[in-house]
Amino acid sequence: MPLLENTVSSATSSVEKSPWRTFAAGLWNDRVNVRDFIQRNYRPYEGEGSFLNGPTERTLKLWGEIRELLARERTSPGGMLDLDTSVISSICSHPPGYIDRDNEVIVGLQTDAPLKRAFMPFGGFRMAAAAVESAGRSVDPKTAAIFKHRKTHNEGVFDAYTPEMRLCRSVGIITGLPDAYGRGRIIGDYRRVALYGTAFLVADKKEQLAQTTAAGITADLIRDREELSEQIRALAELAAMGKAHGFDLSRPAANATEAVQWTYFAYLAAVKEQNGAAMSIGRIATFLDIYIDRDLAEGTLTESAAQELVDQLVLKLRLVRFARTPEYNELFSGDPTWVTESLGGMGIDGRTLVTKNCFRFLQTLHNLGAAPEPNLTVLWSERLPVGFKEFCARTSIETSSLQYENDDLMRAYWGDDYAIACCVSAMRVGKQMQFFGARANLGKTLLYAINGGIDEIQKVQVAPPSAPIRGDVLEFEEVKAAFERMMGWLAGQYVGALNVIHYMHDKYCYERLQMALHDREILRTLACGIAGLSVAADALSAMKYARVHVIRDESGLAVDYRIEGDFPKFGNDDERVDSLARWCVETFMAKLRQQPTYRNSVATQSVLTITSNVVYGKKTGHTPDGRRAGEPFAPGANPMHGRDRHGAIASMASVASLPYQDSQDGISYTFSIIPGALGRDDLARINNLSGLLDGYFSSGGHHINVNVFDRATLEEAMAHPEKYPQLTVRVSGYAVNFVKLSREQQLDVINRTFHGSR
Amino acid sequence: MNAANPSAFPSTPAPAAVCEPVRAGCVHSIETAGMLDGPGIRQVIFLTGCPLRCLYCHNPDAMCLNHGELRGASELLVDLARRRAFLRGGGLTISGGEPLVQPGFVKALLRGAREMGLHTAIDTSGYLGARVDDELMALTDLWLLDIKSFLPATYKRVTGVDVEPTLAFARRLAALKRPMWIRFVLVPGLTDAAENIEGLAAFVAGLGSAVERVEVLPFHKMGESKWKALDLPYTLAETPPPTPEATEAARVIFRSVGLDVF
Repeated sequence: MPLLENTVSSATSSVEKSPWRTFAAGLWNDRVNVRDFIQRNYRPYEGEGSFLNGPTERTLKLWGEIRELLARERTSPGGMLDLDTSVISSICSHPPGYIDRDNEVIVGLQTDAPLKRAFMPFGGFRMAAAAVESAGRSVDPKTAAIFKHRKTHNEGVFDAYTPEMRLCRSVGIITGLPDAYGRGRIIGDYRRVALYGTAFLVADKKEQLAQTTAAGITADLIRDREELSEQIRALAELAAMGKAHGFDLSRPAANATEAVQWTYFAYLAAVKEQNGAAMSIGRIATFLDIYIDRDLAEGTLTESAAQELVDQLVLKLRLVRFARTPEYNELFSGDPTWVTESLGGMGIDGRTLVTKNCFRFLQTLHNLGAAPEPNLTVLWSERLPVGFKEFCARTSIETSSLQYENDDLMRAYWGDDYAIACCVSAMRVGKQMQFFGARANLGKTLLYAINGGIDEIQKVQVAPPSAPIRGDVLEFEEVKAAFERMMGWLAGQYVGALNVIHYMHDKYCYERLQMALHDREILRTLACGIAGLSVAADALSAMKYARVHVIRDESGLAVDYRIEGDFPKFGNDDERVDSLARWCVETFMAKLRQQPTYRNSVATQSVLTITSNVVYGKKTGHTPDGRRAGEPFAPGANPMHGRDRHGAIASMASVASLPYQDSQDGISYTFSIIPGALGRDDLARINNLSGLLDGYFSSGGHHINVNVFDRATLEEAMAHPEKYPQLTVRVSGYAVNFVKLSREQQLDVINRTFHGSR
Repeated sequence: MNAANPSAFPSTPAPAAVCEPVRAGCVHSIETAGMLDGPGIRQVIFLTGCPLRCLYCHNPDAMCLNHGELRGASELLVDLARRRAFLRGGGLTISGGEPLVQPGFVKALLRGAREMGLHTAIDTSGYLGARVDDELMALTDLWLLDIKSFLPATYKRVTGVDVEPTLAFARRLAALKRPMWIRFVLVPGLTDAAENIEGLAAFVAGLGSAVERVEVLPFHKMGESKWKALDLPYTLAETPPPTPEATEAARVIFRSVGLDVF
């Protein structure tokens, strides 16, 4: 097999060697416990990036071929190169596909050809069909016939939605709910397949199944037994998929190449089966470093070959695709898949979890150029090794492809083996999942409070009728009280809708392979979210510190506002308004916590919009902060565009003041700065960016996207997209190829606050 | 006061006198994340009031003292303390306007920053250097000294005032071995004459080891709209920014006399 010749002496000899040779033994030997394995075996790396290698010939050749495919994809109908509608995708649905077999060190594609999108209808057949149609194709009639008899998630949800939930959805006070597509945001512990092989994992799951045989079987236990049976079946299919490619996944990986391949196969099985909104890969770099380190010590791998493994894995991750509808793309623009990989962080014993392999993952951005996927996420701690901090900062400055999250903050909640799902959601790997809940529109909720529950655009009664605000000037305390009551109503509708959605998703679109790579007993969070935080906070501030006159239409509905005087705005480190933003977060979270939740999940929330801030803005009328109807909200927890006028630190300090304890699903901040404002030379820029991150996180900030470029570059890319195929920008919680954004989204990015441009 | 009329200030600065810290002063604006005005990340407080009338001034709204907002030093220092986590390796820079119009206020701010362990810097034209007493001198870790030109006639044309007080202040800093970064704005057709740049380079080289670096800043027109908003005549509307080659050539002149140039 040519694909292994440089890395291991031969496939057979590696089988002869015990896969766990030289590893320090511990709890992990007898029970599934990847963290224990990592802690006993990894080697922290405190140095710099000077050991890193460039791409190999094979990688460059393969990347060249992929780039041509990507260029063709960009100009294909619906942005999709090819689609398969004759086969319903599953773990073993397609024969092995290759791009260039002689140059692929890591193999496996979602279908039988690169960038050919699979047909995944179980989230919702209508949506899957609509996605196919947006590419100018139609679903194979034989496939379509099956779904006359087979119900999907989407149909189940709409069977159970109440009329009020439907209304909330259609007016856009709740938007983006995963009621017609896969919910995603579940991270299988893909490392388990490499460490244990599927046979061990199946035996473990069979033991769990045997433990669910209590007398007096309940609905919960019945569901557990069915799910465990599905999980066992999925693991068998994963092994079969490996076998079709010529690999024996039933046993543990015996060397680095196998460890990467096994881990990737486990992930691949997940993305063959689930078109989830975010399909994150977890926290694999340091785990894989243990295998690489052993092979380097045994003399069976070189540094160049190690980089080749990581480069080629990353190339595969850059090719993950799902067929999605234009409506979905409008919300989550740029064809994101959120193959989030979490790098770095510190262990609870004080050792850094940075290894050389964390550097190798970052190096892919230098070897292969900037890219939005995988969504590389640095878990930042003030105590991270300086060499790693500097390499991260340099990579951000050169590629704008990284996001950072506060490890010192999250470790206290989630330990030291959590990963980020999607954008900002931390979860213990293999021990926790979330029920993804998109977000509620806080700006619109405020307008409902003013108008007694009537929608300001569609002019229909949505919330139960309540007394509207009647004064000509908005009185702060009166509106605030009405706003809080309206939040209470919304929380009930919102959590109710999520309960319906996740009940049906478990029933019709269960993530059997991903859940097979979890413990039996897991923590489930119900991840709610809010959009328009800075709009709501600024509006309350305007009422409190200026005079907001109401303009009503002939029916008496408040449709516009005139602000007299100035008022503090969120994003200027001004406690007068920052406290109002905190009040919004705390109050809505308190309302969410009062709701009963499906499967006893723990309600959380995020302040995150992804790119839906544009759609939320479109669906919301004039707001009392001075924002005009239809204008985008700020993304995530950002201050409104251009209202943060005291520089980056003031803006960061405002966002950092938001309470993570009441927003445990994450608080997203997107930061853009022009390169020249970071310092006069490269060294100063690297140190200053690193210093900004230290300051932001030690002030309590949770998440930050870092963009380093100027507006002119983006304008040039809008005019000449063909020249900028790899220009990557961080939006709220993920990165996109700028040229893949809609024109509207592109303008929204350009109109953001760019720190340093006066 | 007429913002365009430099004669509101005496043609030579007042003699040095010990000044008392002043608890309030006129503030133009605050940049919480300045990364170009001294080492590291810095809070930059821009004060109003300036005796110079530089043709390319990018903060013309800071020329006039009473255009500023009266702010208390303690209030500004509380904000600074709250953001201190961002400023490790950096500190506080006072800019303007001309900070030395309000030396007592500057002293109060720098004292507070010092007590927090922050690095301190003053961005000045040096024209009012005689107002710097021993304590203010000691409180300032770094001087960002903008020498607008070396040739007296050019200097006068650019700024409306004489160059000599600035050069005298530079010599004083050099004698006291106080660290300084020299700044020079390169404006085509105004400050870019070879003898102007060469003369300045020779002068700066003569200041010795106190000069840690020279920054050659290419002229830009980002302040132009402010001039219009103030209804002041902007005479450089037709002047282009220097080409990258011209900027580099100016830097080479400074480098050739052994200076560290950015």
